[in-house]
Amino acid sequence: MADRILKSISTRGLKNAVRGSEYKKEALISYGLLIAGYIVLQLGAVSGLIGRNLQGQFVPICVYISLAISLNLVVGISGELSLGHAGFMAVGCFSGVLVARVVGLHLGFEPAVVLIAMFFGAVMAALAGFVIGIPILGLRGDYLAIVTLAFGEIIVNLMNVIYFGFDGNGHLKFAFNHPIEGIEDNDRIIAGAIGATGTKTMATFTMGLLLCLFTVFVVLNLKNSKQGRAIMSIRDNRIAGESIGLSVRKYKLMAFVTSAALAGMAGALYGLNFSTVAPLKFNFNTSVLILVFVVLGGVGNIWGGIIAAAILTVLPEAFRQFADYRMLTYAVVLILVMIATYNPTIKSRVSAIWAKLKPVKNKDKDKDKPKKAKKAGKEGA
Amino acid sequence: MKKKFTRFAAVAMAGVMAFALASCGGGHPFKKDTLNLGNAGPLTGGAAIYGNAVDRGGQLAVNEINAANPDGVQLAWKAEDDEADPEKSVNAYNTLMDKGLNIFIGTTTSGAGVAVAEKADEDRVFTLTPSASQVAVTEGHDNVFQLCFNDPNQGVAAAQYIMANMKDKKVGIISQQNDYSQGIKEKFVSEFKGEIVAQEVFAKDDEKDFTAQLNAMKDAGADLVFVPIYYTPAANILTQANKMGYAPTFFGVDGMDGILTAENFDASLAEGVMLLTPFVASANEEATQKFVKAYVDAYGEEPNQFAADAYDCVYAVYNAFNQTGLEATADTAEICEAMIKVFTGGFTASGVTGAEMKWNATGQVDKTPKACVIENGVYVQK
Repeated sequence: MADRILKSISTRGLKNAVRGSEYKKEALISYGLLIAGYIVLQLGAVSGLIGRNLQGQFVPICVYISLAISLNLVVGISGELSLGHAGFMAVGCFSGVLVARVVGLHLGFEPAVVLIAMFFGAVMAALAGFVIGIPILGLRGDYLAIVTLAFGEIIVNLMNVIYFGFDGNGHLKFAFNHPIEGIEDNDRIIAGAIGATGTKTMATFTMGLLLCLFTVFVVLNLKNSKQGRAIMSIRDNRIAGESIGLSVRKYKLMAFVTSAALAGMAGALYGLNFSTVAPLKFNFNTSVLILVFVVLGGVGNIWGGIIAAAILTVLPEAFRQFADYRMLTYAVVLILVMIATYNPTIKSRVSAIWAKLKPVKNKDKDKDKPKKAKKAGKEGA
Repeated sequence: MKKKFTRFAAVAMAGVMAFALASCGGGHPFKKDTLNLGNAGPLTGGAAIYGNAVDRGGQLAVNEINAANPDGVQLAWKAEDDEADPEKSVNAYNTLMDKGLNIFIGTTTSGAGVAVAEKADEDRVFTLTPSASQVAVTEGHDNVFQLCFNDPNQGVAAAQYIMANMKDKKVGIISQQNDYSQGIKEKFVSEFKGEIVAQEVFAKDDEKDFTAQLNAMKDAGADLVFVPIYYTPAANILTQANKMGYAPTFFGVDGMDGILTAENFDASLAEGVMLLTPFVASANEEATQKFVKAYVDAYGEEPNQFAADAYDCVYAVYNAFNQTGLEATADTAEICEAMIKVFTGGFTASGVTGAEMKWNATGQVDKTPKACVIENGVYVQK
């Protein structure tokens, strides 16, 4: 279902992609950042300039970037505060790990296993998003935030009592609220509070890049589609949106479920990057961390989120030699960055530079612009 | 525009330089000609007591060895913070690898241990964990060894001890919804042949209200409550049981260690609490007394079991390394293979957490747990 939604959105989005230089700019910067970052980091890794510490973070960085972008769909584009994003990540993570373990028995080609796991993680998370979304999306503002927070906690607690494993004959076993009896430790896949365990780590940086590109693709195309404009119009003025016949619930659900599916995908990749992941990882703190990426990168700003997620993931690691003062330094830097990013003086200076650089760029584009504008005008009418 | 841009570029450059400066740390203890021992553990956050204890215990042992053998192999020790999170722990481990890690004394916590063990296996780094007690830490990795009991063994040992010494007791269990507690509980339940009258679980480390669980124990008539949990919730349980006037024998495992120094806890309530632990600071053995004195002199507090585990780890690794006949400058992978041979070849280590500790090929340790009871504010060995 979610897949169908995604499909229809992306194809329609593609048509619309031709329109709007604003979209083009955003897409160009986002894809450019991701691909350039990938190339630079890969070169650094191959040449040995980048240490193991940073190399080990390649996949988590990609996962957090993807999460920041998908949360931006709810927070920035749909305009609802969600504090349970890590919950969807958890659903995707555990279902993805489970599928990878089962499929991995029959399929040796790891990238394919990862893709299947990510797809399944997305479907399960979308399902969770759909089930949660129906009753709660009637709520507004703070109330919705609190319910999503509760959802995140429920998921963590639910995962704490879910057990999956293979029995002696290689059959998949499931147990709720008690461990599976008579099962070898290394045949456990998901073991309650211990979480996913014995996972074969299959996630690669390239997979991470693909995840990020796909996430940007879906979110940007949704944003720039008819549905996306409906979502944003409801965000800007709910009553006006309703008065022209937009179904508030439908469009909010669309954004919510898409965001959940993407988070599930990221969660699956995350789960396949570590041999163990405990449910506690997906608690409130992680949800807030993702929200911090979104806020720091600018609510609704896709490429800002990419930069923020990457930097804030690396920063605590870069501060390691401050030893005891590491987290303090991180907190102080976070505050300073927040102040600096939204400081009007700095902002106006940066935008002044932008403004001076801009006309040069536009001149180049103007050559082929009239044609497109005409076409867009026709379609608009 | 040029002026503004220059200024902007200057600011950006300053930022980049500050970042670069921040990322090329100085004064790292790891050197080319030292045997570099690294640990990853929670130096910050909720489990920081454990991480810091391991850091201090390891550092103490390294200082002692270096001072005692100025002509022998010199050790270097570094603990990196992992917040007890697998993701951060892999980062911490990778940081150590960047600096030239030779032998990994980690991790401090279990979940992190499972994640790092796989990386250490791929990289062929010999690993002896002081306190990561999950089975999965050593499972399938020939280079990973545990100095502590693993969780199932603690559950089995507790069940056997209770069956042997207190077999008429009606047993209730309060466990926590985490890997450590559930791992012990599962094995305890399957091993224990006596009567288990009630089982309750709770979720969070900072859980404050245990009335429901304690009432269930009381109603079921449990006169021995097995609490395979960490000391923070255990302190709350003891306080509330006391308020309710419910006084069964509480029986804990190594996580109970630390209860006497728990914050905002009246230590007199811990009187009569029993626990299985490999290390008792008040024990009369000479080695223990020497270690406790050195630790108190250095850090001004009594060592807990985690510090003792790390202390023993360093000594065990040092002694084993001397048996390999390698130089400290040897290749990490070469050290790893040689160390595995020594550890699985009948090597025994004696320390403050056990005498004649032996390791099997799966990396699990063989030593005798000590059952203690808290009397007059100190552990008394039973």
